[in-house]
Amino acid sequence: MSLPAYIFRRLLHAIPLLLAVAVMNFMLIALAPGDPLTALVGDFPAPAEYVAKVRVDYGLDKPMPVRLVRYLGHLAQGDFGYSFANRMPVATLVWERLGATLRLTGTALGSAALLGVLLGLLAARREGGWVDRAVRMGSTAAYALPEFWVGQLLILLFAVHLGWLPSQGDAPLRGTPPGWEGVLVSASYLLLPAFALALRYVALIARITRARAVEVLRAEFVLAARARGASETRIMLDHVLRNAAPAIITVIGYNAGFLLAGSALIETVFGWPGVGRLLFDSIAARDTPTMLAILLMVSATVVVANLLTDVMHRLLDRRVH
Amino acid sequence: MRRAPPLPLVGVLLLIALALGASWVSPGDPLAGSADALLPPGSAGHLLGTDDLGRDMLAMLIHGSRVSLAVGLASSGVSLLLGVLAGATAGWLGGWADAVVMRISEFFQTLPRFVLALIVIAIAGPGIGKVILVIAVLGWPQTARVVRAEISALRGAAFVDAARLGGMPAPLIVLREVLPQIAAPVLVLAALDVATAILLEAGLGFFGLGDPNLASWGAMLNEAQQYLRSAWWMSVFPGLAIGITVLLFNALGDRAAAALDPRGA
Repeated sequence: MSLPAYIFRRLLHAIPLLLAVAVMNFMLIALAPGDPLTALVGDFPAPAEYVAKVRVDYGLDKPMPVRLVRYLGHLAQGDFGYSFANRMPVATLVWERLGATLRLTGTALGSAALLGVLLGLLAARREGGWVDRAVRMGSTAAYALPEFWVGQLLILLFAVHLGWLPSQGDAPLRGTPPGWEGVLVSASYLLLPAFALALRYVALIARITRARAVEVLRAEFVLAARARGASETRIMLDHVLRNAAPAIITVIGYNAGFLLAGSALIETVFGWPGVGRLLFDSIAARDTPTMLAILLMVSATVVVANLLTDVMHRLLDRRVH
Repeated sequence: MRRAPPLPLVGVLLLIALALGASWVSPGDPLAGSADALLPPGSAGHLLGTDDLGRDMLAMLIHGSRVSLAVGLASSGVSLLLGVLAGATAGWLGGWADAVVMRISEFFQTLPRFVLALIVIAIAGPGIGKVILVIAVLGWPQTARVVRAEISALRGAAFVDAARLGGMPAPLIVLREVLPQIAAPVLVLAALDVATAILLEAGLGFFGLGDPNLASWGAMLNEAQQYLRSAWWMSVFPGLAIGITVLLFNALGDRAAAALDPRGA
């Protein structure tokens, strides 16, 4: 199958998944204890005219299938409801917070990939050596610790005890100097939350890189490359990394959901003004429309991330064809 | 030669004993406050200090083990049951039953577990039973996939044919002949499931969705967040408790996998 045909088929596959997620959201509203109106409006003293409008708009007096179709219709138009807790449409609210979350998760994922691959390759170079053992023990521990607690520990050490880095929020819009100095200020706010979020992924990526690299290093073509006099660095980059890449990318891509969940916890610990913190606040305020919109967004991200992973995997791994 | 029981198993059994005997080891209500707020560790009568409401940290940690273990063990038990049932049906029957079960499990695997659990509990209201159920319902597909693969591989085995010729009904064949054969990989998965469930429950507690009437490690970390600058012990000890417990269950799963791997013998 050609690549465009493959992508097209995978896209077709993603559509029913997205639809199923939307239906699940609808069922959460329908099954919520009390009036479904509460789930659509939020547990907030909304104006009576708005409540009446929602009742008609979503056809709450109509039978279930009609309500489902109307709900899906609203979603299709990008209408995720109105958040009375924040006094703005949910779509606008989530959109405004998206940048901060992308900056945090992007930084965490990028540095985790670099660090994880590096540690995995170093560990694989001498199987059973001290680096290998240290990486394995470290990744086992990192994998068991709740990331939000790691965040609290980082605050205790670097913000409270040493006083080196800020512990809460993003760099203020006003008062951050322009140019390189400003970049440094922004980085000082980003460093701790990004590290706390990255730690689990460093462990995960280091493990899979090590496992694949150990396998590849035993292969005959590596022996042949050594016999030709290729340097160790060259072997690692040209042969090992290239062969380990599909597995690494799969691990990264298939964990997108965990990354966003981790981000919700980390943003809460560090007061980071992203979608995760918004989720925490919307739960505290019983702002159901916002919660459900975030659930939909996260689910859609996971579906798209899985799709991209499969496509990348196919591009990189010649054996799949 | 007899070998000593593996460390993770001993650790897990000790933890379970502690949770079962919590009210004997640490009598009284761990959530009852006192005037001795924010005492540091080592204070008289409070080995690990007290929290902002003057509650003893050690007592809360001991009682908190009950919630973590109950949620971890019960939810992984329920998800094991669901996974074996769905996986066995799919693997044994094949055809459309297989297709349906696999599509459903695929859908569940794309769901963001933690975020969905958060929102379901936020809408349905807190309660340990609901938490167990939500985590279990979100966790069964992995078990189902493993069981399905193993069972469809064994379906044509000679001992299965023998049982069938002997007139044994199909459900009984699966239950008595096939399932014991695949117990090892499934139990390894279950141990790892317990660890995941404990982390999920801690995250729910940290988001303020724990049962307000029970001491739990996640809820303790939620409380600690506001006192990071004044009371480090409120964060350090519950986090350690979670980390060690998860590490023990992960290690138990890894050890079991290594011990049951025929290539390692």
